[in-house]
Amino acid sequence: MAEQAEQVETEEKKLENLVQFLSFTLGDEEYGVDILRVQEIRSWEPVSRIPNVPSYEKGVVNLRGAIVPIIDLRERFGLGHLEYSPLTVVVVLQMQTAEGKTRVMGVVVDSVSDVVDVDKKTIQDAPNFGTKVSTEFINGLASVDGRMVMLLDVEKLLKLDGLDDDDEN
Amino acid sequence: MSIDMAQFHQVFFEESFEGLDIMETGLLNLDMGDVDAEDINTIFRAAHSIKGGSGTFGFTAVSDFTHVMETLLDEMRDGRRQVTQPAVDVLLGSVDCLREMLTAIQDEQEIDVPSVTEYKKALEIELNGNQVNEASPENNSVAPPGEPVLELGSEKESEGGWRIAFSPHTNLLKTGNDPVRMFRELASLGELAVTVDFQGVPDFYDLDPEECHLSWNLDIAGDIPISEINDIFDWVEDDCDLAIQPLDERSQNDNGIAPIEESSVKENANQQSSEPKTKTEVVNKPVKPAASKKQPAKPAAKGSSSIRVDTSKIDTLINMVGELVITQSMLGLVGENFELNKLDQLKNGLSQLERHTRELQESVMNIRMLPISFVFSRFPRLVHDLSTKLDKKIELVMVGEHTEVDKTVVELLSDPLVHLVRNSLDHGIEMPADRVAAGKPETGTITLEAYHRGGNIVIEVRDDGKGLNKDMLRAKAIEKGLIDEDSILTDKQTYELIFMAGFSTAEKLTDVSGRGVGMDVVRRNIQSLGGNIEIISELGKGSTIAIHLPLTLAIMDGQSIAVGDERFIVPLGAIIESINVNETMVNRVAGKGETFRLRNEYLPIVRMHEIFDVKTVQATKLTEGLVVVVDGQGMRCGLFIDDLLGQQQVVIKSLEANYRKVEGVSGATILGDGSVALILDIPGLVRLSNQ
Amino acid sequence: MASILAVDDSASMRQMVSFTLKGAGYTVVEAVDGVDALNKAKTQKFDCVVTDVNMPNKDGITLIKDLRALPDFKFIPMLMLTTESGMDKKQAGKAAGATGWIVKPFNPDQLLKTIKKVLG
Repeated sequence: MAEQAEQVETEEKKLENLVQFLSFTLGDEEYGVDILRVQEIRSWEPVSRIPNVPSYEKGVVNLRGAIVPIIDLRERFGLGHLEYSPLTVVVVLQMQTAEGKTRVMGVVVDSVSDVVDVDKKTIQDAPNFGTKVSTEFINGLASVDGRMVMLLDVEKLLKLDGLDDDDEN
Repeated sequence: MSIDMAQFHQVFFEESFEGLDIMETGLLNLDMGDVDAEDINTIFRAAHSIKGGSGTFGFTAVSDFTHVMETLLDEMRDGRRQVTQPAVDVLLGSVDCLREMLTAIQDEQEIDVPSVTEYKKALEIELNGNQVNEASPENNSVAPPGEPVLELGSEKESEGGWRIAFSPHTNLLKTGNDPVRMFRELASLGELAVTVDFQGVPDFYDLDPEECHLSWNLDIAGDIPISEINDIFDWVEDDCDLAIQPLDERSQNDNGIAPIEESSVKENANQQSSEPKTKTEVVNKPVKPAASKKQPAKPAAKGSSSIRVDTSKIDTLINMVGELVITQSMLGLVGENFELNKLDQLKNGLSQLERHTRELQESVMNIRMLPISFVFSRFPRLVHDLSTKLDKKIELVMVGEHTEVDKTVVELLSDPLVHLVRNSLDHGIEMPADRVAAGKPETGTITLEAYHRGGNIVIEVRDDGKGLNKDMLRAKAIEKGLIDEDSILTDKQTYELIFMAGFSTAEKLTDVSGRGVGMDVVRRNIQSLGGNIEIISELGKGSTIAIHLPLTLAIMDGQSIAVGDERFIVPLGAIIESINVNETMVNRVAGKGETFRLRNEYLPIVRMHEIFDVKTVQATKLTEGLVVVVDGQGMRCGLFIDDLLGQQQVVIKSLEANYRKVEGVSGATILGDGSVALILDIPGLVRLSNQ
Repeated sequence: MASILAVDDSASMRQMVSFTLKGAGYTVVEAVDGVDALNKAKTQKFDCVVTDVNMPNKDGITLIKDLRALPDFKFIPMLMLTTESGMDKKQAGKAAGATGWIVKPFNPDQLLKTIKKVLG
C-alpha cells in the first residue's frame, strides 16, 4: 500500500515537473515555446507593412479585429531570410502585461514540429555558446529524443525593441 | 411573499449619486438675487427621491438625514424661507455628507456618525435658527419600512361590532373607489350585514350613471378594532358621510340586522353636499417607528466597469438589428432558389447588408461615447469652492458639454483638466480689486469648451486673467537652468516653457494649485493619451490652453490614399484640398527640403514614399502624383501621394495594444477586404519629414 | 391577470414596484414620469395605475387628473405613492381623482396588499 502510494506520488511529482513546449524549426535549429503562451497556429498571409521599423518586424495583420504584429524569427535571430510560401507558419503568441492586458504577436517560423514534454529538472541553462542566435531570448536548453531544443523566453521576445523607450517619452 | 430588496440597491445607489450631482449643480447655479422656483423644485425632488428610496430600502440614517434637507428645501420651494448663501453652503455640505454616507453603505463600511451628526446639526440650525417664529416641530425620524402599526385613535371600543352608516357623495365613483370593494374588505373582518337605501336615487331621466346615489347601513359583528374599520374608509372619508357606532348587544342579538332609521338615512341622503355632521371618528394614524427591518445587503459588484447608455442609442441599435434581420431573410429568400435573373436582387440585398452592417457598427461604437459633461460636471463645484477660498469672483462658462468622446478618454481627462482649471483660478484670474484697477470686470470668467475637430476632440480652458508674462517666463527658465541665456525662443516656445519639468511660475506654492504636480505631468498625461496640449496667452488679457485628444476607438471619416501598392487613411477632417503641383510652384531650400506656395503660404512637401520608404511607388515626380494639403493640429503640409482612393468611415484601432507607437501613424483600421491600413498622423509626418 | 401602469422617476423604486407586482402575476408597464405615463395610457388599457407624486415633467397628481379624462381611465383605481402624508397632497390627489394612496416607505407586502385590495 505505502509503496504504491509512494509510486503514485512520484508519478505526480514527475507530472508536476513536466512542462509542455511547442517546438518548431528555424533552418536546422529547433526551438520551443511554452505551450501556454501559444494562442494559435496560422499560415502566413500578407501583412501591412509598417514604415521605418527593423526589417524583421514584417508588419501587422488583422486577427479577428485586433491589429497584431508579425515578427520574422529567422531575421530576428540573424538566420537569414527564407521566401514565404503558403506552408510558412505563423505561431501566435500571447503574454500578460504588468497592467493585466494581453499582448499578442505572431512569429514566423519555418515549420512547427511537435508538442514535447520536458521535465523542468532536465532544462539546462543556456550556455554562452558562440552561435549565431542571440542568446538573450533563450531561457534554457532541453534534450528531446536526443535533439537539442532551445527554449525561448516569450516575454522577452514580445518586448519589441523600442517598446520600453517609448514609455519613457 | 419575500423579495430580496438588495437587488435594487445598486440602482438606488446609482440614481442617488446622480441625484446628488443634480442637487450640487442646482445649488451652485442658484442666483441668490433671483431664485427660480423650478430650480429649487428640481433640487427638492432629488432630495425627496433619495429620502423615499433610502426609506424603502432600509437606509434609515440616510432617510433621516435627507428628511431635514428636504424640510429646508420644501420651505424654500414654498417661498416660506429665503434662499441665502449660508443656507446653500450648508446644503452643499450636506450633499457631500450624503455622498459619503451612501458610498460607505455601498462599500459596506461604517458611516462616519460624528461627521453626519455635525452636518445634520448645521442643517437643523439653519432650519430652526433662521426663523425663530417658526418652531420646527417636525418629526425628524422617518419610519423605516415595516408594517405600520396603527394606534387606536379612539377611546371607543366595541366588542360586539360596529354599525356603520355610509353614504357616499355622488362623486365617489369618480375616484375609482368602489363601495363593493370596501364591503368585501369589511366582510373579511367579520360577519357583515348590509342594507341599502335607494332613497337618494333620482328619477331615471335625471340619473347620471356615473354618480353614486345609494347609501348603506353596515353592521359588522365581532371584536374588531375600530382602526381596521377606519382603515377601509381611509381613502374615502372626505367623499362620504360616515358614522361608526358600536353595535349594542341587543341589536346584535336580534337577527343581526339593525333596523334602518328612516330619518337618519334621509338626512344623510339629503345632505350629501353638506359637511359631514355624522363623522364621529377622527382618524389618527401616527406611524410607530417599528424596528428597522434592514435586509442584509448583498455584496454588490463594486468597481465593475459599466457604462450608462442613453436609451435612444439602444433603440437605434435595436432598430438596426431589426433591419439587418429583414435584409438577412430577404437574402435568404433570394438564395433559396437562385437564378441568374435574381442577380440584381442579390446585389441590392448585399449593398443593403453592407449599409446596415456599417450603421450597426457605428452605433455599437457609439455606445462607448459619453458626453464630456461627465468630466465638466465637477467643475462648477470646484470653481465655487476655490473661488470662495481665494476670495476671487469667478464665473464658469461651459460650452459644448454634449460633445461625445470615448469613455476611456473621459476617464483619463479628468485629472489634467482639474489641474488646468485650478491653475487658471489660482494664477490666471486676478483678485477683484486688481481686476477693477486693470479696467476689467470684477468677476473673472473661466470658460471650458469642448468641440470636435477632425478626428480629435479639443478641450479648451480659457480665462480672462492676467495672462502669461513672457519676460518673466524667460527669466525664470534661465534662472532654473532650463534654457541658455542667449536662447532665441518664439512666443509659442516661450509659453511652452511652463510645460517643462521643474518649472513653476507660482511665487509660492499655494494650497490650490501647488500640489507638487506640474504642468509637465499634465502634458505627459495628455501625450500618453496620444494627444497634445498648446497654450496661447496675451499679457493682461488672459490665457487659453487647448488639449487635443484623439477620439480613440471612435469611428472616423477617412480618405484612403495610395502610395505605391500601399494604402493609408488620412483623417478626412484634416484634408483641406488636393492639388496638382507643378515644378514652378516649388521652392527648394538646401537642407530645408521642398516647399510649395499655396496662395500666400509656403507649405512643406512631405513625400510619403520617401518618409515611409515605399518601394513600389509610381509617382516620383510631383507632376505624376497629387499633393494633398492637410492640417493637423495647426501644422500644415502637402502630402505627396500617388492617388486618392475612396472615402469611408473607419474604425480606429490601436496599434499600441499589441505593437507600439509608430511615428507618423496614429492608429490602424481594418479595410473591407480584411487587410490593415495605417491611419496617418499629420503632425507626426511633419516631424518625420523634418528629420 | 390585471395590468398595472407603474409610474416613478426613481429607477430603484420603479423596479421594486414592478418586480413585486410582476412576481404576484400582474402585467406591469413602467413609465418614468407623468408624460411618459400619459403617452403609454393613450395606447394601452390598464386595470390600475400606481404613481409617484413628485416627478419631473408631469407630477403624479396632474397625471391622475389627465388620466381621469381618458374614457378608459374613468373608473379604474389609481394610487399615489407618497411620502407626504400631510393632508394637502392627499386632498389634492383626491380632488384630481386618486383612489387612494400608499405611504412611503412601504415594503413589497404592503404594496401587494393594497393592490389586491383595489383589484379584488
